[in-house]
Amino acid sequence: MTALRRRALLSAAAALSVPALARAQGAARLLVIGGGFGGASAAGFARRNHPWLDVALVEPQPRFVTCPYANLVLAGERRMEEITHGYDGLRARGVRVIQDRAEEIDPVARRVRLRGGETLSYDRLILSPGIAIRFGALEGYDEAASRVMPHAWIAGDGAQTRLLRRQLEAMPDGGVVGLAIPANPFRCPPGPYERISLIAHYLKRHKPRSKILALDAKDAFSKQALFQDGWNALYPGMIEWVPLADDGRVVRVDAREGVLETEFGTRHRVDVGNVIPPQSAARIAVASGLTDATGWVPVDTRTFEARAAPGVHVVGDANIPGPMPKSGFVASSTAKQAVASAAALLRGEAVPEAPYFNTCYSHVGADYGISVVNVFRPNAEGTAIAEVPNSGGVSPRGDLPEQRRLEARYADDWYASITADLFG
Amino acid sequence: MGWQRAIRGGGLAGAAVLAALAGAAPARSQPAPLVAQGCLGCHGPGGAGSGSVPGLAGRDRAELAAAMAAFRANERPATIMNRIARGYTEAETAAALDHFARRP
Repeated sequence: MTALRRRALLSAAAALSVPALARAQGAARLLVIGGGFGGASAAGFARRNHPWLDVALVEPQPRFVTCPYANLVLAGERRMEEITHGYDGLRARGVRVIQDRAEEIDPVARRVRLRGGETLSYDRLILSPGIAIRFGALEGYDEAASRVMPHAWIAGDGAQTRLLRRQLEAMPDGGVVGLAIPANPFRCPPGPYERISLIAHYLKRHKPRSKILALDAKDAFSKQALFQDGWNALYPGMIEWVPLADDGRVVRVDAREGVLETEFGTRHRVDVGNVIPPQSAARIAVASGLTDATGWVPVDTRTFEARAAPGVHVVGDANIPGPMPKSGFVASSTAKQAVASAAALLRGEAVPEAPYFNTCYSHVGADYGISVVNVFRPNAEGTAIAEVPNSGGVSPRGDLPEQRRLEARYADDWYASITADLFG
Repeated sequence: MGWQRAIRGGGLAGAAVLAALAGAAPARSQPAPLVAQGCLGCHGPGGAGSGSVPGLAGRDRAELAAAMAAFRANERPATIMNRIARGYTEAETAAALDHFARRP
């Protein structure tokens, strides 16, 4: 064969690119909205395990900044680039990545309207849109206020995390960092307490006379005893946690004056304010009529189809996950179940049965890690989820320096592993 | 030459080319079944390991099974695997071990 002829044949073969080939054969179209832990897991899993599916992913950001490990960026222990991931790995798997924002779903016509004007049709939709901040839920806390007192609870392009980091760096020694922490449910239940820990880690080394005032809208929190043991061991006297019962609930924010005001009228003046506000499912879920009065999306617990829209599988922080936490690991685990269910339903097969997983590490210090593990199962009717008895749980308490050191290292390995699974 | 024959003739070679283009994995590296997906969160892509978290792919099945049994019984030093191992049924554990032991 001449070189020219070989080249012609090779390019003919290349032209049979994956989605084109799939479409030519009338493959089912799986559309994924959202390129975070749920959506990226769904798209990659679909191409690996169900290569007969034509998979497209709609995500407005060109790169994804993870919320996990953003607290280490605040502490100065990681750089933003280390928690930022691109979509070339998914493209190489044959996922068509569309950089646009999905505005609204028509679940009857099975179409999605994009901000750029395009309309996409699908056979099954995986919706993993994340959360929205309920601006207005705290008086005085709107988008403008969030540019003064960042929430840093939706990573987006990383601007909120950078802002909070700059404010911590600019604060004089002896300053007060104030946090407002919401009631349940919200994204990443241990997240605020890991943030407290890692801000303390930074302050201890650079501004040791400073304090952290954590105003909480609840009386108990995830991994509480382990966090408080760690605070006492690593940062004695630096952290004051004020529970709901002691007037911890922030109801009003004055960003200009730097004031967090609680239910019974105590005005706490802080030097750096981090307001983690009440949240709901992201806007598209609300706009498409998928949410209930709670602001979150009720789903079938086996297929993750929205109760209001069969064919739309809603995973990640936007859904009502029973006893499961709104964590990246749960988003990834349930996204795979949702894709496997969608694939089975497209083929007229039985929905698969598998447990759902959560492994969630928190850093209390740079070399001090703690964790919670859960294994969950849905019931046969798809109406509930329960934790498997005698499994899971949190790290043991006590003076266990080797366990803490190992868990911090395993946390790093978890981050490398799951982001490779998502974006590799 | 091979290309020419494969594409003109269709048949098995052609099907193999198309399957490879469509992303279908060769039999020896089947994608992880749903029950083994949870392992990939920490144990690396395809179970190849991640940093100090050991790999699972290609390990001796009996060795993996003994480790899982010891984790379940709390008879092996562990940080989190003792808490995880008890969440699987015997059949699920077996399916996950079959998968990883078969991987290269």
